[in-house]
Amino acid sequence: MSHHIVEVKNLQHVYSDGTAALKDVSFMITHGESVGIIGANGAGKSTLLQHLNGSLDPTAGSIHIGHTPLSKGTMPDIRRTVGMVFQDPDDQLFMPTVFDDVAFGPFNLGLSVADVEQRVMEVLEQVGASHLRAKPPYHLSGGEKKRVAIATVLAMSPDILVMDEPTSGLDPFARRQLMALLQDFHHTKIFTSHDLDMVLEICDRTIILHEGLVKADGPTSEIFRDEELLSSCRLEKPLSMQGCPICGGKR
Amino acid sequence: MGSIHSAVLDLKRLDLLANGNSTIHRLDARAKVLVTLVFVICVVSFSRYELTALFPFFIFPIVIISLSGLSPLFILRKIALLCPFVLAVGIFNPVFDREVLVQLGPLGISAGWISFASIVVRSILTVGAAFILVGVTGFTAVCQALERMGMPQVFAVQLLFLYRYIFVLAEEGGRASRARELRSCGRKGLGIDSFSSLVGHLLLRTWQRAERIHMAMLARGFTGEFHAYRQSCFGKAELWFVLGWATLFIILRTQNVSRFLGSLITGMFS
Repeated sequence: MSHHIVEVKNLQHVYSDGTAALKDVSFMITHGESVGIIGANGAGKSTLLQHLNGSLDPTAGSIHIGHTPLSKGTMPDIRRTVGMVFQDPDDQLFMPTVFDDVAFGPFNLGLSVADVEQRVMEVLEQVGASHLRAKPPYHLSGGEKKRVAIATVLAMSPDILVMDEPTSGLDPFARRQLMALLQDFHHTKIFTSHDLDMVLEICDRTIILHEGLVKADGPTSEIFRDEELLSSCRLEKPLSMQGCPICGGKR
Repeated sequence: MGSIHSAVLDLKRLDLLANGNSTIHRLDARAKVLVTLVFVICVVSFSRYELTALFPFFIFPIVIISLSGLSPLFILRKIALLCPFVLAVGIFNPVFDREVLVQLGPLGISAGWISFASIVVRSILTVGAAFILVGVTGFTAVCQALERMGMPQVFAVQLLFLYRYIFVLAEEGGRASRARELRSCGRKGLGIDSFSSLVGHLLLRTWQRAERIHMAMLARGFTGEFHAYRQSCFGKAELWFVLGWATLFIILRTQNVSRFLGSLITGMFS
């Protein structure tokens, strides 16, 4: 049995105010895949991600993580398996110092103090933030916060990494650093993003959500070539696939 | 919103002071919390017309500030910020309490003025002690110390979250208020009405953020218990620190040292 499979079947979600955010979403993601979920604003991307670790209850349909159905009883285990990085790091960093924040998850897993210390230092090293360990989160810059937020999730050693808009608000250098970091993570990865160039670089597979439905699901390179499909979903080709604005030529 | 912004910066500065490495900074937080507690209890437990006996207590802030290298001006400015509240509390005492208590030659000082001065001095002492405590310990460590001394964890966690999100909330409030200011073109905008809706929005946004934070906590296996990483211990130095100061405070509380010194000096001249 693999822990790394994500299976979503006929998922529907209607918010309490009557907005149908997800109408009928089905897909299956297998071990080691790197999947980009793209779509216009309000297409249901963030709602879908919140379902993947049980933060929202489905109105209908089901979710299986590694053949285990997501339910109240399996939730604690699934939340460890699925590491979720939020869009706004301020939502994720709530402890007084960076070290405490990264140690929060491992302590909850019941590790000993020595093990926690070792794991925290490892993941902070991995994201290049070990020099920040004694700082309070509100003294960090946006890029630093993002890296620490990723470290808090990596410290739980998740089998599946789920990220909402990982590159939003980062400068070009920090974005590159983050993308290199994500490429080093060899388990299953699922991202939502409007940064289509990042999706093109690190995701082999892309799912387009449009008005709560799966509009397309296939290899990233094929999907980004279909201009008609993209524009019907309020999207466009990644900039690196468009002509040069100065000479008109393509790379 | 310069004022909110600078207040947040000031708070951050107080927080950074706690990273110092003096003898006082290195002491276990529980010792400092205990001493401050004894200090505050001794100061506030005097009768309301007591003034002279309060002055010897200034030795505590003076010694701690000079040992820890905090900036006295910075602490004084923080205390000055609270002065309007203190004045508001005490200002009616001279009006209502007109009985003459002290006769200085032709000048009669009423009991109201004495109790007013006593309130001011007590506030300076207690508020100053609290600021110094945070400045030499850090808010987080104070909370953890309180928890280790038996305060229920729920309160400690609430305090920690409050402190963590003051910055986020102040920044959010500052941004919303700046946006309102810019669109009111130097006039009053819609006045108090627009402010009430702004505060309402801020509350709702805080609510949503609290939900997201709770989600983030659950996603990392939170089950209602906080495991803090601690390494300080209550050693000999802490014991002497607590015993020394507590004894001094109790002596100052039970004996009027100012009067004793005064009678000693007047006795010498007579």
